[in-house]
Amino acid sequence: VSTTYVQTAVDPADDARPPNSDRSRSENRLARRLVAPALVLMLLVTAFPMLRALYLSLFNYSLTSPEDKEFIGLSNYVTALTDPLFWRDTGNTVMIMIVTVAVELVIGFAFAMVMHKVIFARGVIRTSILIPYGVITVVSGFAWQFAFSNTNGFVNSWLPFVPDDFNWFGQYWSSMVAIMASEIWKTTPFMSLLLLAGLAQVSDDMIEAAKVDGATWWQRLYKVILPNMRAAIMVAVLFRALDAYRIFDNIFVMTAGANGTESISFLTYRQVIEQFQLGIGSALSVLLFLSVLVVAFVIVKLFRVNLADARQES
Amino acid sequence: MTVRPIRRLATGVAVAALSMSVLAACGGDSGKPTLTWYINPDGQDTLTAIAKRCSTDDYSIKIQPLPSSATDQRTQLARRLAAEDSSTDLMSLDPVFIPEFANAKWLAPFEGGLANEVLDGVLKGPAETVQWDNKVVAAPQWSNTQVLWYRKSLAQAAGLDMSKPVTWDQIIDAAADHDGTIGVQANKYEAYVVWINSLIQGAGGNILDPATVESGRDAKVTINSQAGKDAAAVIQKLARSTAKQPDFTTSNEGTSLGAMFPAKGAGEFMTNWTFVYKNYEGLVGKPGGPKDKAEFEDLGWVRYPETVEGKESRPPLGGIAIGVGAYSKHRTFAQEAAMCVTDSDAQAALAVDQGFMPSRESVYASKDLTEAYPADLLTLFSQSIDTAGTRPKSAFYSQISSALQSRWHSPTSVTSGTPKKSADFLNQILEGKALL
Repeated sequence: VSTTYVQTAVDPADDARPPNSDRSRSENRLARRLVAPALVLMLLVTAFPMLRALYLSLFNYSLTSPEDKEFIGLSNYVTALTDPLFWRDTGNTVMIMIVTVAVELVIGFAFAMVMHKVIFARGVIRTSILIPYGVITVVSGFAWQFAFSNTNGFVNSWLPFVPDDFNWFGQYWSSMVAIMASEIWKTTPFMSLLLLAGLAQVSDDMIEAAKVDGATWWQRLYKVILPNMRAAIMVAVLFRALDAYRIFDNIFVMTAGANGTESISFLTYRQVIEQFQLGIGSALSVLLFLSVLVVAFVIVKLFRVNLADARQES
Repeated sequence: MTVRPIRRLATGVAVAALSMSVLAACGGDSGKPTLTWYINPDGQDTLTAIAKRCSTDDYSIKIQPLPSSATDQRTQLARRLAAEDSSTDLMSLDPVFIPEFANAKWLAPFEGGLANEVLDGVLKGPAETVQWDNKVVAAPQWSNTQVLWYRKSLAQAAGLDMSKPVTWDQIIDAAADHDGTIGVQANKYEAYVVWINSLIQGAGGNILDPATVESGRDAKVTINSQAGKDAAAVIQKLARSTAKQPDFTTSNEGTSLGAMFPAKGAGEFMTNWTFVYKNYEGLVGKPGGPKDKAEFEDLGWVRYPETVEGKESRPPLGGIAIGVGAYSKHRTFAQEAAMCVTDSDAQAALAVDQGFMPSRESVYASKDLTEAYPADLLTLFSQSIDTAGTRPKSAFYSQISSALQSRWHSPTSVTSGTPKKSADFLNQILEGKALL
């Protein structure tokens, strides 16, 4: 198995720079000019709001009291980072991210296998698996809220171990289960789509070779398919984790943050939109941005180590 | 080579069409302007009729309903005003939005003779809520207040003399001893703050010092006082009493309505808004209402209960005032329209059709109202609105309210230490040192 290695990426040796001729220089100039408008536009729409948030986060600033705007340095960050509410909401967000991404990875992989292997009605099956992803998150939130409702929902009557009048949104854990169910239902197809792309890259020759060597189905999965899909898995996990860390819609629709089910995005939303506190709200959004960077960094690091291991093995 | 001229022609047509539509959009300036009035969805039919009546040869008024929840109404208006939206001409404002919006300079003040006209004959409570920084920033349209609704038979059985002011202590004991209940609003929401505020003001105190309340973050927090403790004592007493209703901690304006004429039990004492009378009148013989006219006549009403015996109560104040957007392109017309939609005819129509009580004293004597409501009830409403206590007039009211809710809810956890806890938290919030 270990000797079978299919080169899919471009060999670095082939990527030799073209000679630095006048023509290539002028082409580079042209390229820069062509890219410039898009770059400027992108900076305007992304960098400007980010820098503005960074700037506002240094002020004690309420929209309803513009005259009281006061520069306070990093105090907003200190307030946020020393407030138990921030850490409770971060805990909620991390939990939602880990649980939903883990469950989605397993179910998404199963769906990807189905989509990959299916030999009949391929289009219909692939489309039906992808439908939830086409549903707007707010709509999915409402649908699941109705499903879990103790007055007009069906979940209570379907689950034998749950009393018919059980109020899912009455306490923390059951609310979280409902929120995560909606999140998982809605985004698993996205995960499976990315995994399907990875699955399609695994060469059939390798699997055949493994079969000939006498590997069982599980061995083929663990030793051939999964290691060769690592890049695709990383992309899928990264995208979904970053998305899940910013969870907002489902919480907004299903509990509005009641019973301590608030996420960091929701906390930020409340400070800025409901309380009009632009200073602390901006500080929270900067912290949210930094946490997303940390999550991305951790996931990239985690998978890179594994990829290096895989290379050593081969 | 025929493709190019065709393409050029097509481009020319597209540009012409686009510029014509742009010109048409700008054309509104030269014609009769349309004023947009953002209303809260209550009483939309009557408000539509008022808007039609108040449209003139100079302008027409178009109504635009806001979302049903007060939070969403406030957020939507604030977003428009923060963006200096010139199409926000008129807006229906809850009293607690006024200080926030006025402080941000989003409301065009009524000046000179117009200001006097706005306040002419207006009861004291609503007149106070529409003033900010010594300016009149909105025109009161209708007012709401709470009174004590009760079953006469229950009060009689308990031996309470309802012709004199009653205290919370008395009614809680009376209900507990005579198979009755007490209806309040104690869910984690604005009306719970309304209750807390009225209890504190009824004991002679305030959440924030009225002298400094308009100074925003520098306002002095005064909730940790004897009045705060008296208020906490009432909530604590009810929370421990058998007179509390089963859904006490999640109760709202609607939940306690059914306990007035229950299948079993003696009924209730309930503090609730003015709509209660019309609600039960319409429910005679129907589920949730009195079983017949005689039982409906057992419904009594008196002034809001006293927190401390001998100290006049300060009933809650709600309602709607009409503000004019500071960025409106037609400010003069909008202020003229605001005067019209808050005139005596409009107030009488809202009272008779929707049960929204007038802000102007003279309207209570109008024939339409005296036919629709018992005379003593009208007197009670107007007196309560006149002497009502307002919630803190602060540009940070939304934060103050949320901070109170977080420390005073659940009502079953309220103790004599709650005023201190909430004062500490309020101070932190006002200083921007804690998250909400």
